[in-house]
Amino acid sequence: MIAETGLALLWFAAALALLQLFASVMTLVGGQSEAEMGGVVRPAAIMQGPLVALSFLMLMWLFIRTDLSVLLVASNSHSAKPFIFKLAGTWGNHEGSMLLWVTVMALSGSFVALVERRLPERTMIATLAAQAFVSLGFYAFLLFSSNPFERLPTPVPEGNGLNPLLQDIGLAFHPPTLYIGYVGLSVAFSFAVGALLTREVGPAFARAMRPWVLGSWIFLTIGITAGSYWAYYELGWGGWWFWDPVENASLMPWLAATALLHSASVLASRDALRTWTIMLGVIAFSMSMVGTFLVRSGILTSVHAFAVDPERGSFILALLAIYIGGALALFGARASTVNEGKQFSLVSREAGLVVNNVALSAILGIVLLGTLYPLLTEAFDTKVSVGPPYFNPVGAFFAIPMIVVMAVGPLLRWRRDSFDRIAKALILPAVLTAAVIVGAVVLAPGIRVLPLLGLALSIGLGIASLLPLLGRNLLRTPLATWGMVVGHFGLAVALFGMASESAFSTEKLVAADIGDTVEVGPWTIELAGIEPVAGPNWTAIEANMIARYEGGDPVSLHPQSRNFTQPPMTTSESALSTRWNGQLYAVVGEEGLDGRWQLRLWWKPFVPLIWIGGLIVALGGALALIGRLLGDMRKAHQVRRIAERREERPMGGAMPEPAE
Amino acid sequence: MSRILACLALFAAMLSVPAAAQDQLPPAPYAYRQLEDPAQEQKAQDLMETLRCLKCQSQSIADSDASMAGDMRNQVRLRIKAGEDPEAIRAWLVERYGDYVSYKPELTALTWPLFAAPLVLLLLALLLLRKRFTRRLPVGEE
Amino acid sequence: MSAPDKKPGKRWAIWLPLVLFGGFFVLVMNGLVRPADRDIESAMVGKTLPEFTLAAGSQERPGLATDDFRKGDVRLLNIFASWCVPCAAEAPQLDQIARAGVPIDGVAIRDREQDIARFLARYGNPFATIGKDDISEVQLGIGSSGVPETFVIDGTGTIRYQHIGPIMERDVQTILAEVKKAEAPL
Repeated sequence: MIAETGLALLWFAAALALLQLFASVMTLVGGQSEAEMGGVVRPAAIMQGPLVALSFLMLMWLFIRTDLSVLLVASNSHSAKPFIFKLAGTWGNHEGSMLLWVTVMALSGSFVALVERRLPERTMIATLAAQAFVSLGFYAFLLFSSNPFERLPTPVPEGNGLNPLLQDIGLAFHPPTLYIGYVGLSVAFSFAVGALLTREVGPAFARAMRPWVLGSWIFLTIGITAGSYWAYYELGWGGWWFWDPVENASLMPWLAATALLHSASVLASRDALRTWTIMLGVIAFSMSMVGTFLVRSGILTSVHAFAVDPERGSFILALLAIYIGGALALFGARASTVNEGKQFSLVSREAGLVVNNVALSAILGIVLLGTLYPLLTEAFDTKVSVGPPYFNPVGAFFAIPMIVVMAVGPLLRWRRDSFDRIAKALILPAVLTAAVIVGAVVLAPGIRVLPLLGLALSIGLGIASLLPLLGRNLLRTPLATWGMVVGHFGLAVALFGMASESAFSTEKLVAADIGDTVEVGPWTIELAGIEPVAGPNWTAIEANMIARYEGGDPVSLHPQSRNFTQPPMTTSESALSTRWNGQLYAVVGEEGLDGRWQLRLWWKPFVPLIWIGGLIVALGGALALIGRLLGDMRKAHQVRRIAERREERPMGGAMPEPAE
Repeated sequence: MSRILACLALFAAMLSVPAAAQDQLPPAPYAYRQLEDPAQEQKAQDLMETLRCLKCQSQSIADSDASMAGDMRNQVRLRIKAGEDPEAIRAWLVERYGDYVSYKPELTALTWPLFAAPLVLLLLALLLLRKRFTRRLPVGEE
Repeated sequence: MSAPDKKPGKRWAIWLPLVLFGGFFVLVMNGLVRPADRDIESAMVGKTLPEFTLAAGSQERPGLATDDFRKGDVRLLNIFASWCVPCAAEAPQLDQIARAGVPIDGVAIRDREQDIARFLARYGNPFATIGKDDISEVQLGIGSSGVPETFVIDGTGTIRYQHIGPIMERDVQTILAEVKKAEAPL
């Protein structure tokens, strides 16, 4: 019954989405009679969220109970799996993750319908029409080609299990986080479409959209950061970013959302960059969908026979054509009637943000092109691979100017400024950047260009990012400003970690006997023993290593080589020892014929800063979001008070509008 | 990153091909052993990070446990040790497997758009933005 | 010259995203309908076999070296391994080809002698020679990316054809035809 209820709830929600679309379209084309049908739109949107969420809970329940009469559970779960992985197994597969996608989409739709009251009602109805239209496609995809609740004709005695690599706490939180980010951008998409339909593109639109972009962006940032760390410790080779198509699929929406975030603040504060912001609003969610398509269709997963489902691929591609194609066609038809908005000087805050937008969009273009390029050459019967040697330098070509502008831009005034005014403040970061370059070249000759620039710029940016706080009363500085400062500072921190990892990592691959000592960087590591251990659904051999940093106190490390039986697979569980100045990374491999054990050891100075920086960036986003929401609430309160006063004194003269 | 999803695909592949058998031989001499000369090892490492493992999904041979990746690392290290130039080793592999084996695209009739793209993007940005800027705002405007 | 009109300049740019998306759509559509070709073909077809010498992988057969392929007869070079399941599946077909008079040389990838012996006892031994390639040296040398793979080598030691994956019933005729073709010099 649980499975059937879950399915029925989904159908009900889909019917509501249809109603929402119908009612809003009728209102939009029917003209004035907004009250008749328009009244249905918001309730229909609001109800979908809880319905789909309930349906998702039903699926979770099936996984927790390991109901083996349900196809999805039987093929992806196993009764002997630990509870947390049974739970996480709900979204560790295609159907379940699509249901999660739709759940997030429905909840965002509910939320936006519930709280957003600042836009003209007509624009709001157009926005909800777009949201319903997009939702319907995904409901259809779920119900017609990826039904998670499908029953088996006869229950099976035991499930297939979950890929051991995925039986990790990282899995429990990584996909939901990314999905909230991906799908949250659908609201920005709907706002953009709604604004295009009703030609209401202005600061009010940007202000309504901004919290959604910020919120999604925070989740994307956390998701990418967590995913990178997960790949780092789980894959066992110390790499943290591979420019793999699947990683790129998550990076592209982030790049678009970052650009959108910045252009939306230009639009909100200065009423400039109107068409550009609208286009980014469309592009950001489009990138979420393109990324999902690339991953799900299996079109890019190269190498050796993969079980690809062409039907699903075609279904998602059709959705892409309708939504992205449709939105971009609408953009083409309408955008020329949208005034670009105000102009600004070459030296101004806006100009800085424009450079940022151009650089982010260019990096997005490069990542998209590089990811798709193998597909393009395959049409000409040639296989090529595009990897780090392409992405790193070409990405840096745009990222480096962007970082320089990031250091300068926040110090500039809106509209028009001069370098002379801020030159003094920039002396310190500029000098330090130069000093780091000289110092690194002298102390670490042979350091490569990109890590060198990364180190130097991260120091410069780290200091420059704090300058906007200079001379301000820190307690009275708006939260949004704090958010910007913290976000930019976080990027500098992450950049420092990346550059340091790339420049200063040391690696040691050895075959060691028990009792042998190995040195890697400042560490001395003794292999004290090898023991067999057993987990709930695996057995492993575990190394006991005693590590000393520069002869200091011993730290014990226990890397494992795990054997899973269901399904059969071996994974390496790395062991990490974190200090303030870096991380020791240890992996134990196979036993050689001579009885010695393969050890892989890395000392990676400052590597944790990559992920700490990522989290600081997300924190900056969160501060900005809270600041904006508080500001919005305060303003709504003011508006209400003025309205009340007006009612009290209907004869009163023109009331001043509250200032931004 | 969401390598998870990649792994899911890998998992599906493993289910469809139950033949994921493993060989019993110990790894090749230099599969899991570094070269004695750190400078040579650095060269080998840099090269290995840009060579594609032919049996895995989107991994370089520098971070794969596949035995063929191990044999490729062995080849790379042996050749570097013998004094061969990294780019010559890359060319040797490309001669055998085509451009697919190298993550570093070469400039060819088919790949020039990859290298033209950054410049095109830059020109496009300049072209589209030139009207957004004012040289000088008239005094007193706004 | 009057100042350039803003509108026409803007218009084409506004349609640019849609045009690019159209390109993307055509590209992935093409990728979806094309039969998924995940094989990595060797770029060595048409080139000379690299130099190698392999020790015997079985007591029943001698090992092999490049020179064995320059004696004027067309031979098959079969990359296999006892631990590879599809290799067992192609055994009857290899046998059929051997009985048609084509000499087959086996290269056992990362294999142990006792495992090879067991494999041959179980699935038959169509090989004229068997070399042991413990570090995938020959495999890398001829651009093979997996097991099993089969190469047609002509009498001068030139690689003429590559078959990726197990030789199934339907592939036997193709292979024999390629052998025939290889009998004529390039």
